[in-house]
Amino acid sequence: MEKKNCRTVYGQTLVELGKKYENVVALEADLGKSTMSYMFGEAFPERYFQVGIAEQNMASMAAGLALTGKIPFVNSFAVFSSGRAYDQIRSSICIPNLSVRVCGSSAGLSDYGDGKTHQSVDDMAIMRVLPHMTVLSPMDAVETEKMMWAMAEHKGPCYIRINRNDLPVYTDPNEEYHIGKITTIREGSDVVVFATGVMVSQSVAAAELLEKEGISVRVVNISTIKPLDVAALKECCQGVKGIVTAEEHNVMGGMGSAVCEALCDSRLPVKMVGLQDTFGRSAENYQLLLEKYHLMPEDVAAAVKAVLKA
Amino acid sequence: MHYTAQDIRDVKRKAIDIRADILQMIPAGKVGHLGGSCSAADITAALYFKHMKVFDDPKNPARDRCIFSKGHAVLAQYACFVELGYVDRSELPKVKTINGILQGHPDMDLTPGIEAVTGSLGQGLSISLGMALGLKLDKSESRVYTILGDGEISEGQIWEAAMAAAVFKADNLCAILDHNGVQATGPTADVFPIPNIKEKWATFGWNVIEIDGHDIEQILNALDQAKATKGQPTLIYANTVKGKGFAFAEGKAKYHNAAMTEEEYKMALETIEKARKEV
Repeated sequence: MEKKNCRTVYGQTLVELGKKYENVVALEADLGKSTMSYMFGEAFPERYFQVGIAEQNMASMAAGLALTGKIPFVNSFAVFSSGRAYDQIRSSICIPNLSVRVCGSSAGLSDYGDGKTHQSVDDMAIMRVLPHMTVLSPMDAVETEKMMWAMAEHKGPCYIRINRNDLPVYTDPNEEYHIGKITTIREGSDVVVFATGVMVSQSVAAAELLEKEGISVRVVNISTIKPLDVAALKECCQGVKGIVTAEEHNVMGGMGSAVCEALCDSRLPVKMVGLQDTFGRSAENYQLLLEKYHLMPEDVAAAVKAVLKA
Repeated sequence: MHYTAQDIRDVKRKAIDIRADILQMIPAGKVGHLGGSCSAADITAALYFKHMKVFDDPKNPARDRCIFSKGHAVLAQYACFVELGYVDRSELPKVKTINGILQGHPDMDLTPGIEAVTGSLGQGLSISLGMALGLKLDKSESRVYTILGDGEISEGQIWEAAMAAAVFKADNLCAILDHNGVQATGPTADVFPIPNIKEKWATFGWNVIEIDGHDIEQILNALDQAKATKGQPTLIYANTVKGKGFAFAEGKAKYHNAAMTEEEYKMALETIEKARKEV
């Protein structure tokens, strides 16, 4: 499986958006070399606002830029762009439904070395509860690129969660994309796994493991956390005996919670794979964290077996 | 610019109208932000009725923008919108009611003329800066005016924006500090005394002008000076009186957000009549 780096593609796509739309602007709080927004800064210095390490000011400034017809992309690590600037996103951006795009880079545990303060386990939860907000969590670099083009045209605020590392590419570059789209990555009939971000590839690996044991697993990519296409979600549950959700985020409040809210009348048993109400920690590499916090294919497989027994 | 006695009188009349309209919004027994709206009333009158470019269409792209970062004082702005015809006079008594379009804090979706959502203190200067930079990208001549409260500037985000506005040389941005010396729970000197405010802004890279925020001529001259200043944003440090215009409320924290008694309300109406005769 080909792997591609999500944040690099994010930076490159931002430049492409800048070429097509002269009103695209980008704001950065001194993490441009990590978020890759620096690429936009090199291409369009007059449309790049380096605001220093001041995320709150950055978010409200983006609101002001949107109010003059600009399409602002706000860049920082997910913990800072969503958490540090929460009330600014809420009040300056979401209440007036402004078309500001907030990038949560190095999301989840993907900034493995930096530890708890830099790893977002709560960003989808806090962005999801904001009225007007759209929450996106791409599974790979190609989907990231497609989402960004859709975001440029989208009305209203968006939050996009970007993984720092190389992830396997499942998205067909030629397939049409729209915000809200739910994609079945692998067909199966016993259990459906709704996965987002890095957990899509982990869940596909789980499905391959389970196939050898005679268990058929459908893997569905939930990359628009909000608004959820509830009808499509229900369709994905047709004929299965249980549901598993898998996310690199606290199991409270994230994609799994959103799925459970949508399917609370389905009567199907559900198991949620994700961080069990804990912060992360530093590690030598990303893999070690996925193992420690039980985000491995074996963990998804165990959850599938558990719902089948339920 | 030289202002004639007539110019000054015209703005003074508008400031009286603003205070009269505020009384319509919060009659006796109805809680409202009287104090901070009245301390900003003369500045607001000078902005909307003399200094700023305003049009019949509140969305005209060529307009100057005024953002009340101290969003609770928006009653002063609502009064201007009625005078400008953006909002029907019948809305005034409906402030903060379920069927009204005038919310407790500025809501740009419901109220024509409101430029941004503010009220969660400390955010308006950043929004204004974003607007100012957006207008510069568009090579627009429009300017952005931001009303700050002296209690509000304890918010850290104000200083983030203050630094950034100087870094970006936002000379189309002018902040006016409504320094009325009283915040929600008491005098700023007791609640949270901030020393050397003017010096702080100057050190942050702003052009700082100190005025009497109830002297129309001083307000207008300061706004002109701000407009003429290139390469840096301007802070107008306006010495004001909380509740200005209504003797019973002047300088009192109680009237930050309170209801007038029937007796006070009657006195307030009489004050307006007297002021109208004097101008």
